[in-house]
Amino acid sequence: MPVFHKTKVLTDVPMHYCPGCTHGVVHRLVAECLEELGVAGKTIGVAPVGCAVFAYNYFNLDMAEAAHGRAPAMATGIKRVRPECVVFAYQGDGDLASIGAAETVHAAARGENITVIFINNGIYGMTGGQMAPTTLIGAKATTCPYGRDPKVNGYPVRVSEMLAQLDGPSYIARVSTHNARAVLDAKKHIRRAFEKQIEGKGFALVEVLTGCPTNWAMSPVDALKYVEEQVIPYYPLGVYKDTDKEVR
Amino acid sequence: MPKAKIKKEVCKGCGLCVVNCPKKILKLTEREINAMGYNYCQVSDPEACIGCAMCAAICPDCAIDVD
Amino acid sequence: MARQLMKGNEAIAEAAIRAGCRAFFGYPITPQNEIPEYMAAHMAENGGVFVQAESEVAAINMVYGAAAAGFRAMTSSSSPGISLKQEGISYIAASDLPCVIVNIMRAGPGLGGIQSAQGDYFQAVKGGGHGDYKLLVFAPASIQEAVDLMFVAFDKADQYRMPAMILGDGMIGQMMEPVELPPAVDLQSLPEKPWCLRGWDGQGERRIVSSLRIQPEDLEPYLNEQMKKWERIKEDEARAEEYRAEDAEILLTAYGTPARICKSAVEILRAEGIKAGLIRPITLFPFPDRAFRYHAARPEVKGFVSVELSTGQMIEDVRLAVDGKKPVSFFGRCGGAVMSEDEIVAFVKGGAF
Repeated sequence: MPVFHKTKVLTDVPMHYCPGCTHGVVHRLVAECLEELGVAGKTIGVAPVGCAVFAYNYFNLDMAEAAHGRAPAMATGIKRVRPECVVFAYQGDGDLASIGAAETVHAAARGENITVIFINNGIYGMTGGQMAPTTLIGAKATTCPYGRDPKVNGYPVRVSEMLAQLDGPSYIARVSTHNARAVLDAKKHIRRAFEKQIEGKGFALVEVLTGCPTNWAMSPVDALKYVEEQVIPYYPLGVYKDTDKEVR
Repeated sequence: MPKAKIKKEVCKGCGLCVVNCPKKILKLTEREINAMGYNYCQVSDPEACIGCAMCAAICPDCAIDVD
Repeated sequence: MARQLMKGNEAIAEAAIRAGCRAFFGYPITPQNEIPEYMAAHMAENGGVFVQAESEVAAINMVYGAAAAGFRAMTSSSSPGISLKQEGISYIAASDLPCVIVNIMRAGPGLGGIQSAQGDYFQAVKGGGHGDYKLLVFAPASIQEAVDLMFVAFDKADQYRMPAMILGDGMIGQMMEPVELPPAVDLQSLPEKPWCLRGWDGQGERRIVSSLRIQPEDLEPYLNEQMKKWERIKEDEARAEEYRAEDAEILLTAYGTPARICKSAVEILRAEGIKAGLIRPITLFPFPDRAFRYHAARPEVKGFVSVELSTGQMIEDVRLAVDGKKPVSFFGRCGGAVMSEDEIVAFVKGGAF
């Protein structure tokens, strides 16, 4: 019989996220995985700059708050001196794929034994809806008000595909939160990304597609419909790298 | 059988559970609001709930217990 | 303990390991490369970690992580690289974390040159990064002093929970001198860091390392407490060396290797009948105001000369300390050029005031 209660690895602090923002879902999945793997007591999380900047208020863990884009570097510093701990960085697309692109690529290339949870909603949410490195062509943002034009703004970055080219990562997967079934699937991959670290296999990243109802100017339901119909075709779901088995 | 129980004061009324419920028994209030000012989710037909926890899986605020 | 001939950068690195540094994160830049090279060779055998980061930005953020986890952590760089670290330094300071940053200064601005200079005084002492914070800044004038100050820097950084900087001009890194290395500290003897991240077992309060205090009612009291801490540091931690200053009428002042050139100039001036002396700040924050105030109040003192490898930066703090009681003039070389003692002598005799 399925029974669901909120995991104790999340605090009781109400999350500040907008209604229908699936940051909260991903927080819960991460917390549940840590609880189920029995490692919450030795986990250190690193929060980003962006909407998840207050993640340290929600995860019932020892937490650090990194500078914008630097979470993988900070997590590297923590993990290197405390290899016995489980260390994860939780980052959005502006944080991870724009200002923190170098830190991300090189933590991956080093095979740094950390887990990165990458929230891709194609927008800078916290600052009010500016264009992200992952904003789709044609999509509007406050800094591409007529829609992203590749001649002016360049092209969206497919982070999972890019990182999967490197030898360092042990696991790269893209998942989504557009419906309950996708969420259940996402959890399996997040759990796998933590298992990789626990097994000492090196850098693991799960890219999670989410919506931003507020800055996309959509209802929560429409935002997740947009993820399913418009975002996933550009950012296909799946495992892009797994050193334990052949993928794709 | 386990049933979905909405924590009214935690709900932000996003409606994601409503569309993910296979039995279509979740509804947002039309007039009543909680302390945060949101129309919140209610189980319209508790007897029909199958305890599948799809609503809890998609809820961003852990506003639903299933037990 | 035997003395040995060592290059400055290597002595600094060995001293850091002996002072308990167990995490070093660096990036190549001249003229400090022997520090990361030494760490790469010797950190592991001492039970520490070394990572060559992808950038100075990443390196300082790795320090941020290791310091948050409670380890004595360090990075080193040279001027342009230190500019890149400023973001991280501000965050580390705002998170109340100890660490040590070594800046073996080269000539700036921009890419500048790779010869010795002191153009980063303002950056080190006045902030460098954004917001209200301070670093403990130590300015060695010899390799022995660089070694000794490394131990002090780690201890004081831990004591005050703030970053410390060793600010050496390029010569400190590149020259060789005989040096006596103190014995390694016993890591078990260091004070505990109950605030450090290590995984929360549910006992007591969980730990959060953050520089975010988004409400003014949180941030302002925090900064007010910091101000009190800086005042205590000014009271307790200022260090300066005085050389033939007690009866001097002309007081040279310099930090780092120019202070050694000044000592030679003092000797020449004294031989020529001019009563010269030297005040050598060893800590730049806190600035040793007291030494300057004392001498400024002496009636026979004619004035101060700030001698720097820059266009004049420390002179502003000298003027603040002297507080208008005596004239303060400036003599400097910059851009990687170094003054001779004769140039200093000529400046003083040519009418410094």
